[in-house]
Amino acid sequence: MKARVHVSLKSGVLDPQGAAVAHALGTLGFEGVRSVRQGKVLDLDLDETDPEAARAQVDAMCRQLLANTVVETWRVEILG
Amino acid sequence: MKSAVLVFPGSNCDRDMAAALERVTGRKPEMVWHKDADLPAGLDLVAVPGGFSFGDYLRSGAIAARSPAMRATAEFAARGGLVLGVCNGFQVLTEAGLLPGALMRNAGLDFLCKSVELIAEETQSPFGRGYEAGARIRLPIAHHDGRYVADAETLDRLEGGNRVAFRYAEEVNGSERRIAGILSENRRVLGMMPHPERAIEALLGGVDGLPMFEALTQEAA
Repeated sequence: MKARVHVSLKSGVLDPQGAAVAHALGTLGFEGVRSVRQGKVLDLDLDETDPEAARAQVDAMCRQLLANTVVETWRVEILG
Repeated sequence: MKSAVLVFPGSNCDRDMAAALERVTGRKPEMVWHKDADLPAGLDLVAVPGGFSFGDYLRSGAIAARSPAMRATAEFAARGGLVLGVCNGFQVLTEAGLLPGALMRNAGLDFLCKSVELIAEETQSPFGRGYEAGARIRLPIAHHDGRYVADAETLDRLEGGNRVAFRYAEEVNGSERRIAGILSENRRVLGMMPHPERAIEALLGGVDGLPMFEALTQEAA
């Protein structure tokens, strides 16, 4: 079973890297970029074959390691 | 005082920390590899050093925080042991949940490597006892992810409990309330971004880190 984890900063947490990317987009002439928030994507390949069990397992991984729950949130996508 | 310094792949201030501890305590600290699940017996202090443990992969300090040696350190802290985390060590302690909050990329995005002025805010803990309240001291910083972040409630709890050990005298990296170092609730775990272990020798830029190590030695005596 393949799963994809999207880790992103909680709203309200300052993201200077995202702001720098937004600024660079403006420099390239891309207008109307109101903001950029930088996150990360992790692709996992699991032995588990049951989608719900896989989701529960990946959720536990996010809580314990993949996300820092102080400043980040996550979303799990089961890709099948 | 019997102390230990944890060593992770990518630690690079472990020997500076060991030299500082040996100089002040007169006793060589034990170097504990991250895979060691047990700490040496009879320790008074565990130091978590600076560096780039595990290449800062995933998040600074995240992998080290889940290592066997850190699990043992968390148990040591729960028993009331003294734990000092400096720079990457502070990041490790927050990632391990021994201290609240998180350390994020500096607001200005630059890696900052310089001497900064700090205010010693707290003088009751085993770490702060060597400083006068409100003393202005100078310590070096060398970090990319030093911006202290926590929710308002946590920040108020830290302030209310007099747990902000050190504050930057001026804005440095965008840290909430200019926080440079914080204490655990029992005041026996300190995490700080500046490097006291690099300020124990006048010839090498200052001695403002010495009072902390001397106070720790007295605490353990």
